[in-house]
Amino acid sequence: MSEYAISCSGLSKFYGKTQALDNLNFSVKQGEIFGFIGPDGAGKTTLFRILTTLLLADSGNARVAGFDVVKDYKSLRKVLGYMPGKFSLYQDLTVEENLAFFAGIFKADIKENYYLIKDIYDQIAPFAGRRAGKLSGGMKQKLALSCALIHKPVVLVLDEPTTGVDAVSRREFWDMLIRLKKEGITIIVATPYMDEAILCDRVALIQHGKILVTDTPSVITGTYPWKLFRVRSDNTLNLISQLKKHPEIHSADMFGEYVHAGTEHGKLSAEEIRAFLEEAGTVTTEVSEIAAGIEDCFIDLMRKENE
Amino acid sequence: MNNPETAIEAKDMVKQFGSFIANDHLTFSVYKGEIFGFLGANGAGKTTAIRILCGLSRPTSGEIRVAGYNVFTETEKIKKRIGYMSQRFSLYEDLTVSENFRFYGGIYGMSRTSIRKKTGEMLERLGITELSSTIIASLPLGIRQKLAFSVAIMHTPEIVFLDEPTGGVDPITRRQFWTMIYEAAEAGITVFVTTHYMDEAEYCNRVSIMVDGRIEALDTPANLKLKYKASNMNDVFLKLARNAGAGRE
Amino acid sequence: MKRFVIKEFLHIFRDVRSMVILFGMPLVQVLLFGYAITNEVKDVHVSVVDPSHDQVTTAIQQKLFASGYFLQGEVLYSQSEIEESFRKGRNKMVVVFDDNFAQKLERGEIPSIQLIADASDPNTANLLVNYANGIIAGYNQSLSVSTNGPVIVPEIRMMYNPALKGVFMFVPGIITILLMLVSAMMTSISIAREKELGTMEVLLVSPLKPLHIIAGKVMPYVLLSFINAISILILSHYVFGVPVNGSLALLLAESMLFIVLALSLGIFISTVSNNQQTAMMLSMFALMLPTILLSGFIFPVENMPVVLQWLSTIMPPRWFILIIKSIMLKGTGLAYFWKETLILIAMTLVFILASVKKFKIRLS
Repeated sequence: MSEYAISCSGLSKFYGKTQALDNLNFSVKQGEIFGFIGPDGAGKTTLFRILTTLLLADSGNARVAGFDVVKDYKSLRKVLGYMPGKFSLYQDLTVEENLAFFAGIFKADIKENYYLIKDIYDQIAPFAGRRAGKLSGGMKQKLALSCALIHKPVVLVLDEPTTGVDAVSRREFWDMLIRLKKEGITIIVATPYMDEAILCDRVALIQHGKILVTDTPSVITGTYPWKLFRVRSDNTLNLISQLKKHPEIHSADMFGEYVHAGTEHGKLSAEEIRAFLEEAGTVTTEVSEIAAGIEDCFIDLMRKENE
Repeated sequence: MNNPETAIEAKDMVKQFGSFIANDHLTFSVYKGEIFGFLGANGAGKTTAIRILCGLSRPTSGEIRVAGYNVFTETEKIKKRIGYMSQRFSLYEDLTVSENFRFYGGIYGMSRTSIRKKTGEMLERLGITELSSTIIASLPLGIRQKLAFSVAIMHTPEIVFLDEPTGGVDPITRRQFWTMIYEAAEAGITVFVTTHYMDEAEYCNRVSIMVDGRIEALDTPANLKLKYKASNMNDVFLKLARNAGAGRE
Repeated sequence: MKRFVIKEFLHIFRDVRSMVILFGMPLVQVLLFGYAITNEVKDVHVSVVDPSHDQVTTAIQQKLFASGYFLQGEVLYSQSEIEESFRKGRNKMVVVFDDNFAQKLERGEIPSIQLIADASDPNTANLLVNYANGIIAGYNQSLSVSTNGPVIVPEIRMMYNPALKGVFMFVPGIITILLMLVSAMMTSISIAREKELGTMEVLLVSPLKPLHIIAGKVMPYVLLSFINAISILILSHYVFGVPVNGSLALLLAESMLFIVLALSLGIFISTVSNNQQTAMMLSMFALMLPTILLSGFIFPVENMPVVLQWLSTIMPPRWFILIIKSIMLKGTGLAYFWKETLILIAMTLVFILASVKKFKIRLS
């Protein structure tokens, strides 16, 4: 097997006239956590379905775990673990029955592979007799992950596992993924949450079926092309409209209690921005230079793409 | 009632399902024209509370007034004065933009002319007047969410309830959406919003955090961060919600 | 495979709706149809034409009206009166005795009795005639034991629907409809449900082959439908006295064949529907209506317009009704309906092949 667990070239997919995927090229290394980060409708689910042999691409090819997703789909299905975006358990079966069923269809031995899911499953084991439909969101997710792992897959494909899940459960889920990575399982995960990017080894930012950039999160944020300031005042809306009036400031976006303003390097200082705003009658409580985050990068790349 | 005026006033709101207490003596007020963030882990009881406040579910006990009306006896009056939008249900996908406006306007008894006027205004503000006879299903998600919000406030409700309005939306659209929320609040509409994005909690005037059916914290984001010695709302939320949850499951 | 079947059983037993459709509906249907028919027979007027008016005809009349099934109607004298009384709906059956009845009997001749029934309501007419026949046969027996004389065989005339199509179709028809509906609808819905819930995605990504998924889905229903068929048979036999004149084993074997056919049809439907609603609608319109309307259950095939007759030949229920009617009522064996059986087998194979082929190994 090559050093890549997944490699794709020239993947495109159309639904009628709409292009869901536009010439995707990327590869995922063995044992990596690789994140696809982008909003709903970016093409993440389509891509994952192609990689899991559920859909055929219109052009291009893809290999997963050493198998061609079209020709070798039967062999590939034996080594894939897949958690679709929709809640994919049988709600009328109990926790235990769900696990036994999924182990059964992969002809996997629960005892043999239990070590893999132990940390996760132990948390839901006290409710083994409860029907899956009656579990809380966080527990459902743990059960779904246990079911996807029980046959010890080589590649784990997770389509938006954390969507609609609260911040605490999300954090727990990521802790589990990082433990799984240590077992040598390659994980690709789709998420609309930008803040989950830093938890991945590498990420692809994806929008309108196109990959905007692929790299480690630190390289992506490190190559953010603008100088970034965060500014705070009492009235965010007014602050944004004032900032946008400055000819050197080309972006002003809300980020929590702050507004992030981007300028070209070497054109403006924090002091100059504060003075400019004060002149316009806007009192600021903070203006300081900061490093960009993934979300800053995403917004910037999206704007470039839209132009 | 003293200053400032309240849009929602809940005192000892309790909702019990059998032996399970979904809402355990919630006491809070939402001021007129503010953006009130209603946060909590999955299963903490947020949805139950929103249902009660919208007049869809009867609380077990408590004194609750929404837009000045009693949720026990005056739900019909409440429903006329609120707007509602959720990520799951928003617009009819097989109808056009203007047909959706016409339908919802009609529900709230708006006249034909005011529906037409309002539809024009709202589409103009979104910069999509040319899309008025487009089928919803063919529009991108971002535009749909913004339209859904416009529809929810077209009858100028006193309070609008937004249940995870920005889930899965791209970062630019998310910000445009929040700009719309700010504008609505400035126009005097009280906004009651739930979200899983903690940076969005910072956009709210005040935030409540529910844990295990109770409101554990309620204050401005700045005060909450100060109180829990956290640098952002995400940490505040994690500190509060992490201790809990186990007991409930 | 084993796990799959267990899982399917769990789904069925945990869903109250499935259980009701599976077991409640057949019982209710059979009882409804059965009692609707038996009730009617109790309040029926029967008139008499009796030119002989001797001790034998009087005795037969007494036996008839003492049975409790018939109410005494008019005494009529001529053919024209009979027709008029039928047209006015004053009675459902007329018993016409020969003249000089007792004398003819004594002379060793066979006097005639005519049972004329209003067959515009074929079920009732048939039952009336059967009852009357039975009563006369009973009288016959007592007569022949004492005198060893000739046997009176009533001559039966059905007014308005002489061929009596549709009669006796009741039980075969109900079995057919229920097996069709329950088997096809339940399987198609259960597959569509997996698509709707997203679990189908996971099944597809697993090493399971389409044939495994299909077989796993079908097996529980084969068993349950078979139990169903047997309980309908038992019910109709013991509660309503419907006969099984032919081989019971053959009847069960043919039922099994039809169940498998209905199930494969259900799977075929599910391959073309993406959610439970579509599956339900398709089963209803594509299966229920044709089964009821085109199979000969209610409307005799021979009376249909040619196009519909032609259409009815591709309806599996049509052939199955013929088969079970032959076994149950006529008591004939495979020699008489091997062609129909072959047709059903061919249809089954076609549907299984088509669904395995159509059953997608991918999502689109």
